[in-house]
Amino acid sequence: MAESIAAEHEVHHPALQHHFENMEQQREASTLGMWVFLVTEIMFFGGMFFSYTLYRWLYPEAFASASNHLSLPLGAINTGVLIFSSFTMALAVYSAQTGKQRAQVICLTLTLLLGLTFLGIKAAEYKEKYDTNLIPGHLIPSRPFNPDAVHLLPGARKENVEIFFWIYFAMTGMHAVHMIIGVGVLSVILFFATRGRYGPEYHNPVEISGLYWHFVDIIWIFLFPLLYLLGRHLMGHGG
Amino acid sequence: MESFEVPQPSKVNYLNAQYGLKSWLLTRDHKRIALLYLGSVTFFFFIGGIYAMLIRLELLTPQSDLLSATTYNKTFTQHGIIMIFFFLIPSIPATLGNFLVPMMIGAKDLAFPRINLLSWYIYIIAGIITIYALIAGGVDTGWTFYAPYSTTFSNSYVVLTGLGIFINGFSSILTGLNFIVTIHTMRAPGMTWFRMPLFLWSTYATALIMILGTPVIAITVLLLAFERLARIGIFDPAIGGDPVLFQHLFWFYSHPAVYIMILPGMGVISELIANFSRKNIFGYSFVAFSSLAIAVFGFLVWGHHMFVSGQSVFASMIFSVLSFAVAIPSAVKVFNWTATLYKGSISYDTPMLYALGFIGLFTIGGMTGLFLATIAVDVHVTDTYFVVAHFHYIMVGGTLLAYLGGLHYWWPKISGRMYPEGWGRFSALVVFVGFNLTFLPQFVAGYLGMPRRYATYPPEFQVFNVLSTAGASILGFGLLIPLIYLIWSMRYGKIAEPNPWHLPGLEWRTASPPPTENFLLTPIVTWEAYEFAPPEEMEVVGTVHRGRHARSDVDAPIGENT
Repeated sequence: MAESIAAEHEVHHPALQHHFENMEQQREASTLGMWVFLVTEIMFFGGMFFSYTLYRWLYPEAFASASNHLSLPLGAINTGVLIFSSFTMALAVYSAQTGKQRAQVICLTLTLLLGLTFLGIKAAEYKEKYDTNLIPGHLIPSRPFNPDAVHLLPGARKENVEIFFWIYFAMTGMHAVHMIIGVGVLSVILFFATRGRYGPEYHNPVEISGLYWHFVDIIWIFLFPLLYLLGRHLMGHGG
Repeated sequence: MESFEVPQPSKVNYLNAQYGLKSWLLTRDHKRIALLYLGSVTFFFFIGGIYAMLIRLELLTPQSDLLSATTYNKTFTQHGIIMIFFFLIPSIPATLGNFLVPMMIGAKDLAFPRINLLSWYIYIIAGIITIYALIAGGVDTGWTFYAPYSTTFSNSYVVLTGLGIFINGFSSILTGLNFIVTIHTMRAPGMTWFRMPLFLWSTYATALIMILGTPVIAITVLLLAFERLARIGIFDPAIGGDPVLFQHLFWFYSHPAVYIMILPGMGVISELIANFSRKNIFGYSFVAFSSLAIAVFGFLVWGHHMFVSGQSVFASMIFSVLSFAVAIPSAVKVFNWTATLYKGSISYDTPMLYALGFIGLFTIGGMTGLFLATIAVDVHVTDTYFVVAHFHYIMVGGTLLAYLGGLHYWWPKISGRMYPEGWGRFSALVVFVGFNLTFLPQFVAGYLGMPRRYATYPPEFQVFNVLSTAGASILGFGLLIPLIYLIWSMRYGKIAEPNPWHLPGLEWRTASPPPTENFLLTPIVTWEAYEFAPPEEMEVVGTVHRGRHARSDVDAPIGENT
């Protein structure tokens, strides 16, 4: 027994932390840790999804009216960008697992760029809301929310359109914060990937960052229809 | 005779492995982090305790004489916030849990030692922000932060306190995450789920609530701050929001948070009752699963805080029925503890006194909970001292007693020294008497209609309040005694054996205090939880270099030097 333990110590991977028995245990622990973390994220966004449900149920017309002031093309492009970034992320994980060093670096770079593209488009959308006085409350003191800027559908009341916009900003803002964290994480991963740290034996950081990235994408996949696609048919035009 | 061998206690252990402030502040050892938590949690407990004493002194007389009404509002709010978020929630999980989870499953550390240390720093930062808010001017909304008072009308430091609670939530989430992953992936060979000590089952259930509930209070507090800062109508009806939404979101976390506070306590009590009766726990799997059942049901009963909020009567009825359902797993525990005592070989050491106190007080707290789950009775006693007494029976009579019991029980392992048994028993009795004298009269006052959260009250309630204040003084005194003798014992206490209580658990099969990596070799577990040796072998079990000779094949080769 003593020999086998000594042998294990000799061959163990440099990335193995001292409190784990072997790489397999370390991999399981970090993967499960990320999944548990994602569960907490679901609950975190859940509070906002619940608020969305409640207020949309209370004020459906106001929600549809306000939703028409979001840019459908930009939202749709961003959806495409994120879906594609998930694809490149999955390829990056695959390349790490199979030891394709160059493909791994390229895919991570692509994912990073796509994430930044998403954030850029999101910023342009926020700028447009700022210009049209659609930022809720007195967040921008010189430009308080102006409900008159919203074209009201029949049945919608002016007092209620602001609620849509705070939900929009809370949810997409929180999502953007998660994107920014994701970009930060990917930058670190990319840095180590260029130094050839990840390969077939040790690729767990790439994998769990991928899990996180996919999760943030999925949140957007829910946000896009819930926020952008309401009552388009009622307007009689493309928005 | 040798069945297991433990490292010599006087040599290197986790306390003397490294010296200096830096070695503590940058430690990744779960045992040292547990001690960091122990110190800070104790600090916050005494801050909260000072507020409690101020409340009790003010209520000695019917008039508002010691504190003005505004100051009183801030006092009870800050008492609640400090005690709930900075003492009760982290108390057992972050100190005893941190110390014991890896030891009980035979691991070297928690799965994520850095995240574990991070959670302590987050807790400290949150604590500093909150304390700063209290010093800067305090907060007067009650710990519940009900909107629209908190978002629109209150002139106190709501946002800053909210920030403290928001940040503190992440400490709780990270601790929960660490426990879940550790229990899933780091168990020693042979340590199956059903061989785990029951403390781990309840810690696991607590961790589930921490990761599922805490994010919701985080987002709720965030929205509250947004509404207050930007005047966005989220919760204030005057600007288009819905105040009942706040209550739903708040209680969706804060009711399960009650179980974050009491479930680890129940785990400690399961350990104490089985070990100090020297008997396998009655119905192990029932006690284990009742923890999970409480965690699951706990998420479905938040509406019983809102019977008078204007939610539909139908919703209230469903919440009422579900609240009764939570009583079932709780009662399973109480009955099984009692059945474990039956024909046990009971020793009345300090931890056991706390455990027995817990059973009685928790039962009273739980039963009065049923009164409050009954809609008609609840409408009568809502916002009275009946409610105050009820939750203090759970929080103080339950959690605090379990925490103290656990602290005494594992103190030899934590510090390597015995606490003075006589003083221990004495203070346990003083705490028990003081506690009951404080809160039993409040049931009566509340039932007669004395409302909570007022600095003044009609003179006919004075007798109850005088009793209560007298009790609080005794309770405060009783709690100071352990503080003094536990600190004293760290230097002057009798040196503890590795296994002073002669118990089978893994944490007792290593030195007191344990070495940094807990066990010299990963143990192999071949015994069930609470498997006590036959009586004739009891005396030698656990002494250094000696063990259960007749069953040496079933013992782990811990400390075998290779």
